Amino acid sequence: MAVQSLDPRESSPLAPASPVIEPGHTYGTLNDKISSVVFRSTPTAWFVTTGVAFVGVMLFLYAVTILFVRGVGIWGINIPVGWGFDIINFVWWIGIGHAGTLISAILLLTRQNWRTSINRFAEAMTLFAVVCAGLYPILHLGRPWVFYWLLPYPSTLGAWPQFNSPLLWDVFAVSTYATVSLLFWYTGLIPDLATMRDKSKTWLGKFGYGIFALGWRGSARHWGRYEMAYLLLAGLSTPLVVSVHSVVSLDFAAGVVPGWQVTVFPPYFVAGAIFSGFAMVLTLAIPVRYIYKLQDLITLRHLEMMAKIMLATGMIVSFGYFLEVFFGWYSANVFEVYLTQNRMVGPYAWAYWALWACNALSIQLLWFKRVRTNIPLLFVLAIIVNIGMWLERFVIIVTALHRDFLPSAWGMYYPTVWDWGAYIGTLGVFLFLMMLFLRFLPPIAIAEMQVELKKERLGPGHAHGGHSHGHDGDHNGQAKAGMPEPKASKA
Amino acid sequence: MLKRQKKDPQAVEPGAPKAAKVPRSPAAPRAYAMVAEFDNEEDLVHAAEAAYEAGFRKMDAFTPYPSEEVLDAMHAHHNRVPLVVLITGLLGTLLGFLLQYYIMVVDYPLNFNGRAPFAWPAFVPAMFETTILGAAFGAVFGMILMNGLPLPYHPIFNTPNFKRASKDGYFFCIEASDPSYEPARVRQFFYDHKARNVSELNW
Repeated sequence: MAVQSLDPRESSPLAPASPVIEPGHTYGTLNDKISSVVFRSTPTAWFVTTGVAFVGVMLFLYAVTILFVRGVGIWGINIPVGWGFDIINFVWWIGIGHAGTLISAILLLTRQNWRTSINRFAEAMTLFAVVCAGLYPILHLGRPWVFYWLLPYPSTLGAWPQFNSPLLWDVFAVSTYATVSLLFWYTGLIPDLATMRDKSKTWLGKFGYGIFALGWRGSARHWGRYEMAYLLLAGLSTPLVVSVHSVVSLDFAAGVVPGWQVTVFPPYFVAGAIFSGFAMVLTLAIPVRYIYKLQDLITLRHLEMMAKIMLATGMIVSFGYFLEVFFGWYSANVFEVYLTQNRMVGPYAWAYWALWACNALSIQLLWFKRVRTNIPLLFVLAIIVNIGMWLERFVIIVTALHRDFLPSAWGMYYPTVWDWGAYIGTLGVFLFLMMLFLRFLPPIAIAEMQVELKKERLGPGHAHGGHSHGHDGDHNGQAKAGMPEPKASKA
Repeated sequence: MLKRQKKDPQAVEPGAPKAAKVPRSPAAPRAYAMVAEFDNEEDLVHAAEAAYEAGFRKMDAFTPYPSEEVLDAMHAHHNRVPLVVLITGLLGTLLGFLLQYYIMVVDYPLNFNGRAPFAWPAFVPAMFETTILGAAFGAVFGMILMNGLPLPYHPIFNTPNFKRASKDGYFFCIEASDPSYEPARVRQFFYDHKARNVSELNW
């Protein structure tokens, strides 16, 4: 199949200086190593982090309970700023999710095999980020318990949703994205769940993993269909991920508010989403590889590649910032010009310049290999970018709304303690779900890593088509990876 | 299924040529297949190629990770997943369109400044999403169902050492339903092709 028939090392300009998997692994040790993350005794760091995250979950539940009881009036939103933290956080979270899909789908299709070590992990991140994102628009509804009115169903109200509105497209885009992300993640997990079932020592483990493994037995015919389904899912997710943040950006771009009605929004939002998502993957991957001693599977090369993608997408985002300024001037529209000026010198100028510093300036350090391979510095930069991307959404939403057309309707936006409570609460929810994932499921795709190991053993320059097989006999270790001698094409 | 792996004595017992006659009585076990374990993927591929050349067709391999070479050797590359995905994807497009057409044009037309109710460009984003959704459901559930899953019990799990099939074991079986299946011949065939353990399994 196409996925396997690719060897990036032959043509890729990103030829690895360090391997995807450090040497010394056999199929068995690789398998044991990854599953040991689950089967080993729980590290203290896990309990500490989960405890902190659980406090966040409780904070979230508290903030939301008060919200349900007293209504959205407890938030800082009002006219003129009717979209506050809720929509900022929605866009921020859903953007973070995009890196997971990019890693699992687009990097699969573009033959970036280093993605294998981080895709499971990043997909889980996507899923949990979408969970957090999806909560906000629902909470913002005011009457969240009737959120299902958003869906087209034959209701006794006699009314239907309005398909001319980007807000409804958003409902479709986000719910499809959540569903497909879940399917993609679960499909990837099936063979690994079978591994977990077979390795589990307890009855509960055998039963639990066994149920979700669906009786997977590693049949070659099953693998054939599985690989095809996985490849197709990657192909389907690729336009999907681009569409989701494009539709999110249309929520703004289809409005008439100065600063929102900008044609560059869809690509600019998608680049920003990937930028923030990679920052979040780095923020999570750096501590995880350290705590679970996965440095031989999530190598320095992975971190460096992610840093490069952050740099590339960060530059696109910076270009978007330039364009926003340019459009403000080029529109020759008094409101657009004022918006641009107001961003730069108005009451929220601190946020505007902070976002430039975080998203455009700080990443310039990533041009240097010394910085990209300096793990603590990379971690700090990733956090700075996370903050910067949050500020970007703050600037887009708040500065555009707080001073629009009529000066008499101008106002300021002050988030309340409940805004902060819900925001910090979702950080806790996200972290808590991530920690549960790390505790119970293999964080790295075992079967895919074994395929990666096979390719690594076959060595560079190996013509790895589905039809003819080159052979270089440098195999040792108990699990010999050699393929048959070159044989005639069966095409 | 996991308990059975240890308890079923029939699984490990070699020989038993009578089982191959496929007795119909419910009391007597019906043969499923002869299973061989191989040391590595290379040996498995060679055995699969040889089995195909020897005329066997009802065969399957069990590997911890997907292997192109094994599928090639078994001539089993073709599958219908893409077709299913195409159909369910198009079905998604169609349903997405019909849903919006019915709502916006038939059942609940709203007049926006005199604009036409059938403004199809506005339908495209939601149609796109339903297409992807349909295709993704088709890919995942189509794959699972065509694989005959979920199926918690399968006789192959009774193979000794089969737990390694999800770690670093390579298994190959020739099923009793194959017309040229003869236990003695298959067993010998496996031993001729570097099999480590050979065992016969019943349903």
